[in-house]
Amino acid sequence: MSNLLLKVENVGIQFGGLKAVSGLNMDMHQGELIGLIGPNGAGKTTSFNMLTGVYKPTEGVITFDGKKTNNMSPHQVTKSGVSRTFQNIRLFKELSVLDNVKVANHSLAHHSVLSSILRLPSYFSGEAKMEQQSIEFLKIFGLDKYMHELAKNLPYGMQRRLEIARALAAKPKLLLLDEPAAGMNPQETHDLMELIALIREKFDLTILLIEHDMGLVMGICERIYVLDHGQLIAHGNPEDIRNNPKVIEAYLGEEVTG
Amino acid sequence: MEWLQQLINGISLGSIYALIALGYTMVYGIIKLINFAHGDVFMIGAFIGFLAIARWDLGFFPALLLAMVVCAILGVLIERIAYKRLRNATRIAALITAIGVSLLIEYTTIFFRGAQPEAYPDVISNKTFNFLGAQISMQSIMILSVSIVLMLILQFIVHKTKIGKAMRAVSYDVEAARLMGINVDNTISVTFAIGSALAGAAGVIFGVYYTKIDPLMGIIPGVKAFVAAVLGGIGIIPGAVAGGMVLGVVETVVSALGFSLWRDAAAFVILILILIFRPAGIFGKNTREKV
Amino acid sequence: MKKSKVFWIYVAVALVVYGIVEFLISNGNLDMYYSNLFITIAINVILAVSLHLVIGITGQFSIGHAGFLAVGAYISAIFTTNLGWPFPVALLIGAFVAAIAGLIVGIPTLRLKGDYLAIATLGFAEIIRIVFLNIDYVGGAAGMQVDYLTTWSYAFFAVLITIIVISNFTNSRHGRACIAVREDEIAADAMGINTTFYKVLAFAIGSFFAGLAGGLFSHNFFIIQPSQFGFLKSFDILIYVVLGGLGSLSGSIIAAILLTIISLYLQDFPETRMIIYSLVLIIVMLYRPSGLMGTKEVTDLFKFGKKSRGGNVNE
Repeated sequence: MSNLLLKVENVGIQFGGLKAVSGLNMDMHQGELIGLIGPNGAGKTTSFNMLTGVYKPTEGVITFDGKKTNNMSPHQVTKSGVSRTFQNIRLFKELSVLDNVKVANHSLAHHSVLSSILRLPSYFSGEAKMEQQSIEFLKIFGLDKYMHELAKNLPYGMQRRLEIARALAAKPKLLLLDEPAAGMNPQETHDLMELIALIREKFDLTILLIEHDMGLVMGICERIYVLDHGQLIAHGNPEDIRNNPKVIEAYLGEEVTG
Repeated sequence: MEWLQQLINGISLGSIYALIALGYTMVYGIIKLINFAHGDVFMIGAFIGFLAIARWDLGFFPALLLAMVVCAILGVLIERIAYKRLRNATRIAALITAIGVSLLIEYTTIFFRGAQPEAYPDVISNKTFNFLGAQISMQSIMILSVSIVLMLILQFIVHKTKIGKAMRAVSYDVEAARLMGINVDNTISVTFAIGSALAGAAGVIFGVYYTKIDPLMGIIPGVKAFVAAVLGGIGIIPGAVAGGMVLGVVETVVSALGFSLWRDAAAFVILILILIFRPAGIFGKNTREKV
Repeated sequence: MKKSKVFWIYVAVALVVYGIVEFLISNGNLDMYYSNLFITIAINVILAVSLHLVIGITGQFSIGHAGFLAVGAYISAIFTTNLGWPFPVALLIGAFVAAIAGLIVGIPTLRLKGDYLAIATLGFAEIIRIVFLNIDYVGGAAGMQVDYLTTWSYAFFAVLITIIVISNFTNSRHGRACIAVREDEIAADAMGINTTFYKVLAFAIGSFFAGLAGGLFSHNFFIIQPSQFGFLKSFDILIYVVLGGLGSLSGSIIAAILLTIISLYLQDFPETRMIIYSLVLIIVMLYRPSGLMGTKEVTDLFKFGKKSRGGNVNE
């Protein structure tokens, strides 16, 4: 197998007295597409928040690309190569579609505050480079036509796509997608999955996906981790997961067929 | 017994802060708004009390009651006219409206009667007696007992009555309270009425104790009472009382040590320290934003 | 680049306005009353634009801007009046010290949000005021005599520099980062923006220019007193930014100009002025909470077919 990108060892977090997640163990290798599933309130988004530095784990170690990221702040984690989308879309609503992507392209150019204020040549070259790169990302997602629209004016499905485009502009090695297909119709979901496959190829990405749509997860993920009540209850390929009695029990009442 | 004396002075001042802070904390607890105009309701209370005592020859208690009633009505009017439309507005819009209402009350008062101060008449005897070497005035005792009685009544209303239960429900979750059949608008109005009545009482007590009132008198005690509310943990009723007392005693001690010009700074230093190190206040629980 | 052409046209127009006013003043066509009005407008525009960067662009609700105005006013006055330094140098020193004060206030408080940040900045501004009140060297409550040095030329070029710096800053990757913080701090952080750095930076730049305005302010009266820098002064500045439209540079400039003129005409009726002010504030918040211009700029009104704002190079 190719090299290890992310290693999560015995990670957990407590809020007050409540253990939201505990004893989480995961590893992800370069180029994998992995699913993270579980019933509502299982701790999936909390795990994402720990992986991206939004929450500091109270136990365990997260190692990304050889570096311990436990105590990094979110922007440091992002700079080290982890980028994400949010379950409840968090775009910069009053900024244009193009500017949303440019914000994530922040570290692409290096012109300083002084250079910006004095309009030195590095400002013009830097901004031009950011603009050109951002438009390229928008083109991949078919959003370049709308680049001067405000993000809040895009239809829902496109907002989801823009969020992925923005996450991609931050140049991640590991992309975390939090329910990217939530609220989409089957056709949109299908298109989105093709798009995810495409960017994975094109940018040599490793992807971790939280998703409620079981069919979708079973269909595209190579391996799946299952959380329930903050604990990892199963881990394996889709076939194993589908037949795992613990998983079936956790989802009792929900369908685990794909 | 210099220190006992200072402690008594501090508690007297603190009970005024506490009465104002209660209104802040109740309103913040229920609609998450810093009601900047609250300090001005306190000022109006002081003036109503003054008119009642000096012009209409009422005694202390009738004047106190009248000030409370007028302030309760004023509080409800402010809420209905200005704040009600802002329930779903941004925090900045709500805060700026509150600042606007505050300025409006202050300058309308100045417009009608001028900015000159007014001397409060004596309604409670100045008799003092000796307690372990400290001089305690009748006024101090009166202030403290009135404050305690009002706080006990408030505690009773919040915990033992139906409207109190409604208030707690709305502050916990507005939507859920609405679905349970609670009349949210009325509950919020009652909260404003009670909070404003307490501020009105504080105004009369302030006038009696410090003898000088003016139209801009509400600004500083208003901000300090907010500090007291934050100190105790905003939204928590016993917290506001404790915060008010602590602030009153600290200020008195700072003055007694000979730094009276720095007295006002003490409150803000406390505020900033508490915001930085324990933003939930003494009695509060830390909460985190949901991502 | 088309952009830089537009920029130079604005600068040229501004210089023409400057030339006309300067000509009228030096020829004696404009008396003290009017030249003073122009200087006051300039000072208020600087204050509005500097607070616009903090509140409108970065979304950090500071209501203690008068504190930094006070720092600039006192520090520059000490350097000219007490130490005899040249005025422009003293202006810069005042602005730098105000920026440092901004860092000292901003680093601990900017991790607070919304209402709490507002109250903390208000508290800090009061502490600054009380500090000046207690320093005998600057006259305490009685105030400090200051040389009359502010001229229309100083005021004008200070405004020009303030607007250019803040608008160039806004239209760069740094300004975009600040807007991202305003729009959604958590998302900005997740996109690799060092949110703390940008909040503090915007706050320090805002404080710098408030300090610059302070220097012009103190040398435009013969005396300064701590009581001039209280809550009310902070609220005045806040009103420019809010009425102009949070996020709109030109909106805050227009509001500052209009309100300064209105205040001048109402200066004999201070209560009426404050009543009108507060009513306008309440009514605008209730019926048009985004202010006069929203986040739009005057330049957007002349552009069709292309909607871009706040942080676009092509603007």
